[in-house]
Amino acid sequence: MVNDILIEAKDLSVYFPVTKGIIRQRRIAEIKAVDAVSFFIRRGETLGLVGESGCGKTTLGRTLMQLIRPSSGEVFFEGENLCRLKEDELRPIRQRMQIIFQDPFDSLDPRMSAGEIVAEPLRVHQKIKGKRLREQVGELFKVVGLDPAMSGRYPHQFSGGQRQRLGIARAIAIRPKFIVCDEPISALDVSIQAQIINLLEDLQTEFNLTYLFIAHDLSVVRHISHRVAVMYLGKIVEIADRDALYRSAKHPYTIALLSAVPIPDPYVESTRERIILKGEPPSPMALPPGCNFHPRCPIGVEVCQREIPLLREVEENHWVACHLV
Amino acid sequence: MSLLQVKNLKTYFYTDDGVLKAVDEISYNLREGETLGLVGESGCGKSVSALSLLRLIPYPPGRIMGGEAIFEGKDLLKISEEEIRHIRGNKIAMVFQEPMTSLNPVLTIGFQIGEALELHRGFDRKGARQEVIRLLRMVGIPDAERRIDDYPHQFSGGMRQRVMIAMALSCNPKLLIADEPTTAVDVTIQAQLLEVIKELTSRLGTAVILITHNLGVVARYVNRMAVMYAGRIVEIGPSKEIYRQPRHPYTIGLLASVPRLDQPRKARLIPIEGQPPDLIHLPPGCPFVPRCIHRMDRCFTERPELREVGPDHRIACWVDIHSV
Repeated sequence: MVNDILIEAKDLSVYFPVTKGIIRQRRIAEIKAVDAVSFFIRRGETLGLVGESGCGKTTLGRTLMQLIRPSSGEVFFEGENLCRLKEDELRPIRQRMQIIFQDPFDSLDPRMSAGEIVAEPLRVHQKIKGKRLREQVGELFKVVGLDPAMSGRYPHQFSGGQRQRLGIARAIAIRPKFIVCDEPISALDVSIQAQIINLLEDLQTEFNLTYLFIAHDLSVVRHISHRVAVMYLGKIVEIADRDALYRSAKHPYTIALLSAVPIPDPYVESTRERIILKGEPPSPMALPPGCNFHPRCPIGVEVCQREIPLLREVEENHWVACHLV
Repeated sequence: MSLLQVKNLKTYFYTDDGVLKAVDEISYNLREGETLGLVGESGCGKSVSALSLLRLIPYPPGRIMGGEAIFEGKDLLKISEEEIRHIRGNKIAMVFQEPMTSLNPVLTIGFQIGEALELHRGFDRKGARQEVIRLLRMVGIPDAERRIDDYPHQFSGGMRQRVMIAMALSCNPKLLIADEPTTAVDVTIQAQLLEVIKELTSRLGTAVILITHNLGVVARYVNRMAVMYAGRIVEIGPSKEIYRQPRHPYTIGLLASVPRLDQPRKARLIPIEGQPPDLIHLPPGCPFVPRCIHRMDRCFTERPELREVGPDHRIACWVDIHSV
């Protein structure tokens, strides 16, 4: 698995137009949700993607899957450039990539039974039916830790954790290679989160899955990821192997983010120095010149206000976009 | 000195499926100027118990079934509607999770905070305006003289929550109830807001009930904590003591299940198995029994009451973890 790249983004940008007027819509601005982002994920690997709300992490995940078409740039999946393909050409490829959503309350059809929810991708994509379909659905229930006897129930009859298990069963039903996990545990209770993380890890080993794990909880991301990318206002500001990133973060934003995470231990907390960032992220419609982070940066200098820092490899496999590193 | 004494508070909801015991006989004391954390997962009753203190439970379906809440010598659950209205927002103030739902979108921030000042503190229009500007500055809103005339939607989520904090502290309350005040904002903003709350309440001597599910937030900002499960307090005590030596199997499980940035990465997380409790069909004994790894026969039939296991440290559990 060492250098076997499954999916790669090159210079990927997604701009959303901001329009004014109802009948004649004039384009008055653009939101750079994802701005010239490049990275890759190796086969069998989990890349953690962290950042605060509105930084573009969800858009990036959906653009990899071509659920959102990029404004420019390319996505290579198993060597194939997905951005060149038409919708019908994408369909067979979509079987190899799936997504797990944050809120299993919203993403499951309330009028379908649990069994039907899990069976649907098998019916549609692989034309499986009858007894074989029932057997496979039962098997999937067991794999994700649900009792197959519950397949006749409806989503509202399940708890949040069980619903997320259903979402996972549906995602792995057609044996995808790549799964975008978009904040899969944020809506769950603390005592249930660890169950779902363990399940995702087990499934990764069993089916050799590759994950993009999008989250804002940095402790969870450290636990599950092999490598971690940090996003701020549409750009990746740092990407590195997990241990390198958590042991020696280099970008001032990553450092502040790590420092803002409260540790569940009053003794540790009472002696810990924290960096409290000033201000708030600027509007993505009116980005500052130079480095996006400079208005809040505790160490910024003059050049940061003028020049956009590029992502550079400062140590082996450790990339940082900052003039001062 | 005790500011608030809650005794056997019970709040039930009458639903089509049956009686939901949201808060089932909880008791605790809050000292003046102290910060108490109410910790637990969704549905454990932490918010409902706090709303019950101010009698903000919608009826039907909700109903405060019994107990007392003695605040400055008066029982909040028994005083007249008129009296409780004087306490709400004045002596006891609240900050909620989503500020947009508690701010009126068609009125300026200045009007909304000023209104309470005129009502509760007897300011005239002009004096109130000056006081609002002072309050907005105090919670760290830049350019307060100008922003006082802005509407809620013109503020970001973090700034809106600062407005809520300013509004809550405007009448110098004795008690601030903060219900998941930072759950809807990002980590870097969360840190800012909690520092503001901590700094201001300690300066003003305000007691705080901080309701949260985030164990890290509790560790940093709370002196004492109560862990709730299925409408009951299962462990209560000084937070340093509880984090160092949790004694209830639920608290132990909760603390063990979260990955920690300050510790080496574990190969595998240790979850609490099973599902959250169904509050309508609770088992007769301990509500945690289906998920407990230390359970005994007695736990299925007899409900454990809080008992002392250390200085000011109590748990509701039949098992003594140290002998297991």
